[in-house]
Amino acid sequence: MLETIVFSLLNGLLYGMLLFMLSSGLTLIFGMMGVLNFAHASFYMLGAYFAYTIGLYTGFWVALFLAPVAVGLIGAAVERFGLRQVHQFGHVPELLFTFGLAYVVEELVRLFWGNVPMDYRVPEALDFPLFSLFGTNYPAFRAFVLVVAVVMFIGLWVLLKRTRAGLIIQASLSRPDMVSALGHNVPQVFTWVFAFGTGLAALGGVVGGIQLVTEPGMAFMMGPIVFVVVVVGGLGSIQGALIASVLIGVLQTFALSVDWSLAELGALFGYAVSQESFFATLWYLDTTRIAPILPYLLLVLMLIFRPRGLMGKRET
Amino acid sequence: MNHRRRMARALAGLAAAGAMTVASLASAQSGDPIRIAYIEPLSGPFANVGDAGLKHFRFAADRINDEGGIMGRPVEIVPMDNSQSPSESAQLVQRAADQGIPFVTQGNGSNVASAIVQSVNRNNQRNPDNRLLYLNYAAVDPALTNENCSFWHFRFDAESRIKIEALTNYMAEEGEAEKVYLINQDYSHGHVVEEQARQMLAEKMPDVEIVGSALHPIGQVRDFAPYVSRIRQSGADTVITGNWGNDLTLLVEAADDAGLDVTFHTYYGGGLGVPAALGEAGAGQLTQITEWHANVNVDEGHDEYREWYEAFAERYPEIDWYYHRVYNQMYMLKAAVEEAGTTAAEPVAHALEGMEFESQTGTVTMRAKDHQIIQPMYISVMDTDVTYDAENSGVGFRTLAKIPASEATVESSCEMDRP
Repeated sequence: MLETIVFSLLNGLLYGMLLFMLSSGLTLIFGMMGVLNFAHASFYMLGAYFAYTIGLYTGFWVALFLAPVAVGLIGAAVERFGLRQVHQFGHVPELLFTFGLAYVVEELVRLFWGNVPMDYRVPEALDFPLFSLFGTNYPAFRAFVLVVAVVMFIGLWVLLKRTRAGLIIQASLSRPDMVSALGHNVPQVFTWVFAFGTGLAALGGVVGGIQLVTEPGMAFMMGPIVFVVVVVGGLGSIQGALIASVLIGVLQTFALSVDWSLAELGALFGYAVSQESFFATLWYLDTTRIAPILPYLLLVLMLIFRPRGLMGKRET
Repeated sequence: MNHRRRMARALAGLAAAGAMTVASLASAQSGDPIRIAYIEPLSGPFANVGDAGLKHFRFAADRINDEGGIMGRPVEIVPMDNSQSPSESAQLVQRAADQGIPFVTQGNGSNVASAIVQSVNRNNQRNPDNRLLYLNYAAVDPALTNENCSFWHFRFDAESRIKIEALTNYMAEEGEAEKVYLINQDYSHGHVVEEQARQMLAEKMPDVEIVGSALHPIGQVRDFAPYVSRIRQSGADTVITGNWGNDLTLLVEAADDAGLDVTFHTYYGGGLGVPAALGEAGAGQLTQITEWHANVNVDEGHDEYREWYEAFAERYPEIDWYYHRVYNQMYMLKAAVEEAGTTAAEPVAHALEGMEFESQTGTVTMRAKDHQIIQPMYISVMDTDVTYDAENSGVGFRTLAKIPASEATVESSCEMDRP
């Protein structure tokens, strides 16, 4: 049992941290600009593809830095020449713009890299088991992903809470008109936040692409779940995104790792369900099959009982 | 008014369809290519599998064309992307019929296969002048040659029960497995593998304990670590899986990463990323049950087929010639079309029924009763000490057992409606 708990925690933490890398940028953009960026996961995908391609020439370590920067620059261009033009027409056109962009990016990726998954592999320096627990190895690359995510969280936190730029970003989150009245160039702040946010997603892609297969469908696979993280965590809250990511990651992994059903849970509390009862299918549903809907269940419950999310300051 | 307009539109549609049929009949003259619609995932999580299959078919078609084609007509493979979706595949069957393509081939996903069978049946009933044949090279759900069998469907791979039967026979003989874990994809094929494995293990190896089983969503799981930790919890020493494509590659990769020490008995361990993912760590750890593998050519001295294998490797260095059944299928189709003297579905189907074909591995027979091919099967294990390694991984496959065609067979309950 202890073994299950430890490995579910480790695996869940890893998945959660990958989610966090994606959602931290999204929550900033969403919270600040009010733009529900449907294309956010597409930048995550671009990060993976760029890192793979750059890595062919320079090796993984250089790509780890270059790919997010390149994607961030693309993000800045998208904001400056796309979103900003659409912004004047209100939020719905913005939403449609990012929605279309997600499809455009996917088709472009198919065009340039093809439909087949890339052979994007763990770099040699990290391809060894880090430690062995209860006879199961823990690969070093997984630990590396955790380290990258933690460093990213600390960096973000320091940037937002301890620097002048962070102060302006935070102020723009809640009172953009006031910040503008104080003489700050809010549109430019938006551009930088967008670039930064997409760059963070790309960093997630650089490591996530190795862990979770680099192929053109990867963006649409991650897209919905990232929105769940942002809503559950609360808009614009980095801590909220972190807590929600880890919560969802661990929850889902636990459900996959244990062989349980609601009926067994009921039996534990002295409530027996017969195999023939009308809802028996539901009661005896294996947790593995419940796992994929858990995040969305959490989303619905969160919206009903606490619409501003775990750490959010505004209503969603 | 509305009703009349709809009527008019329907009539116009009929006229257009009629014109198309005439056009397609007119185009079916000598010298024009004989086209085969290849309906497979060319995008999405299984794109690599669809792509590899396409390369096999193109290679075989080019070989046939170099040898003079079929009745002097070249063969052309027409790729159609179904994104692994049954409903899209059904539409693509219709498109193939509209284009006057006489043959449809598909293999990945038994759920897709049954949608295609239905669609082909419907088309052949409605359009007797423009019928299709469905050549199935890999979908192994027994239903396709039993309760849902069709005169228009021919299967060139061994059905699931044949594979499980052979595998459990081998396991019983070897007697090493004590605790077995079953992990499969959550759709018709995976369910069949799980059910059949449970049943046959209980019959043949009553002492073996099935310590757990899991069905996971097909093509959705990116990180198999939680499943691997479940397998470890269960204390299993042997895993049986019918997984294919990335679902198998990622599973064995996660098991390898975690250092899980079990024997994998697979349907599809020999191709498309699995040997590359495991490398030499897989030696002795993974078996597959197939109709052929590269080192059969060495063991049995098939020199011409070795040349074929090497020419394929030269043309497509990133993959290996893996589907021997594509060879059987293409050459049996050639023989059937030449015997029938036409590409029309019904005469070709009659020619294929009961056909005996001399393949490299021995005589293979297309059983007339249910259109299931009966062929020798091989159980092979990953090994470093072989002539041909797979995917430049340093490991290839070594035969553990050859099951003659007479034994690699199961009864069928098929009661076919014949035209």
